[in-house]
Amino acid sequence: MNYNEIVKRLTPKEKRMENAVKAFIAGGVMGAASEILVSTFGIDTMYIFWIVLASLLTGMGIADTIVDFLRMGVIIPITGFAHSMTASALEYREEGLITGIGANFMKLAGSVILYGMISAFILVLLRRLLWLL
Amino acid sequence: MVTVKYNNVYLNDYFSIASKDEEQGKIKNANMYIKDYYYGEKTAEKAEGKMQRTALSNIKDKASIDVVIGGDLSNQLGIMNNTLKEFNTSFLGVYSACATFIESMIIGSNMIASKAIKSAGILTSSHILSSERQFRFPNEYGSLKSCYTTVTITASTSALISNKASNIKIVSSTIGSVVDYNVTDVANMGAIMAPAAAKVIYNHLYNSGKQIDDYDVILTGDLGTLGLELLSVILKEEYGIKNDDKLMDAGASIYHNNQDKYMGGSGPSVIPYVFFNKILKSSKYKKILLVGTGALHNPTLVNQHNSIPSIAHAIEIEVE
Repeated sequence: MNYNEIVKRLTPKEKRMENAVKAFIAGGVMGAASEILVSTFGIDTMYIFWIVLASLLTGMGIADTIVDFLRMGVIIPITGFAHSMTASALEYREEGLITGIGANFMKLAGSVILYGMISAFILVLLRRLLWLL
Repeated sequence: MVTVKYNNVYLNDYFSIASKDEEQGKIKNANMYIKDYYYGEKTAEKAEGKMQRTALSNIKDKASIDVVIGGDLSNQLGIMNNTLKEFNTSFLGVYSACATFIESMIIGSNMIASKAIKSAGILTSSHILSSERQFRFPNEYGSLKSCYTTVTITASTSALISNKASNIKIVSSTIGSVVDYNVTDVANMGAIMAPAAAKVIYNHLYNSGKQIDDYDVILTGDLGTLGLELLSVILKEEYGIKNDDKLMDAGASIYHNNQDKYMGGSGPSVIPYVFFNKILKSSKYKKILLVGTGALHNPTLVNQHNSIPSIAHAIEIEVE
């Protein structure tokens, strides 16, 4: 009996296609709304709008249900970033400002920033090298 | 594996408290349900402690308890130790993940059988928010739940076992061994624990010279729908035991499908919650084998890419 094979066979598969379609539509709608916000109020207002909205929904406990349904459609945009930071801040509030909120604020967002910076560095390096040639 | 028989150990009283999630599920007759996760406290950890206090205080004849045995999922059993400092009684903490209830029952039964003590209180609890924070990477941090995961239940249960005769007799127990079938997916707790459950069921049947048909039900702890399916496959293929209609999983019988609990509930209080509020409330089940299954998940070891070991203990109960 090969146990790991049996486990693999019986474990239900994620509905990848369905999730992708949901994420595509949710992301698209958010993008379109952002375009309208940018053209009427400017880019800063657009950022602030989504961050405030996501944080507010997280605080009210509604964001979880929305994330569960729309999956990556709302995680990849700035709403996911705001959601993870607000959630950490709320969750670790009782453990103090430094060791609680301070140390855990970027629990997930930290890796996004770190690898964002590294990839930006590599891309800039490549661009400069190409320009030298 | 070692099987111990008892002649003079009985279950005398039990109490369970759970949250609104469980109340909306299939089992609705626990003694008490709380309206939200916080139970009037500031943190989830304090709420879990308050649930433990409520469960232990509501045991009838609690003054006669010689020793309280039990545990939860928090580091160093911090929550339960904080609860027990308010009760002036001997306390043994058990840290065995979701096999905690059965392990505590075994320890208590052995002490009563050897006439060292007269009665023991068994206390367990789990809380979705406090254990998600310690063991899992919840939605809140932007990581999505797999569709085959189990979700910790919010409940606390207490029981009184003693040498005073009642209609619920603890007949025997089998102490399980640690099993590791090399599963590394933390979301798939059912697959991690199913081999341990199969091993202890086989050994219990073998040691007590019984067949699976001698039981009305074999209730496993928190394997979930998927784990239960895997247990059935392992019993058939590895041990040659046919098990149609005998297996039931406590975790898989708590919630409705539309409650977003995926494969079902998990946690130390799953098996007592279902045993007290479903199995004992029904007259259908007279000969019962309880199998508590624990996935010994240590986040540090898992992050270092180790597989997760699991353990299961069994206890046999007869209802008159």
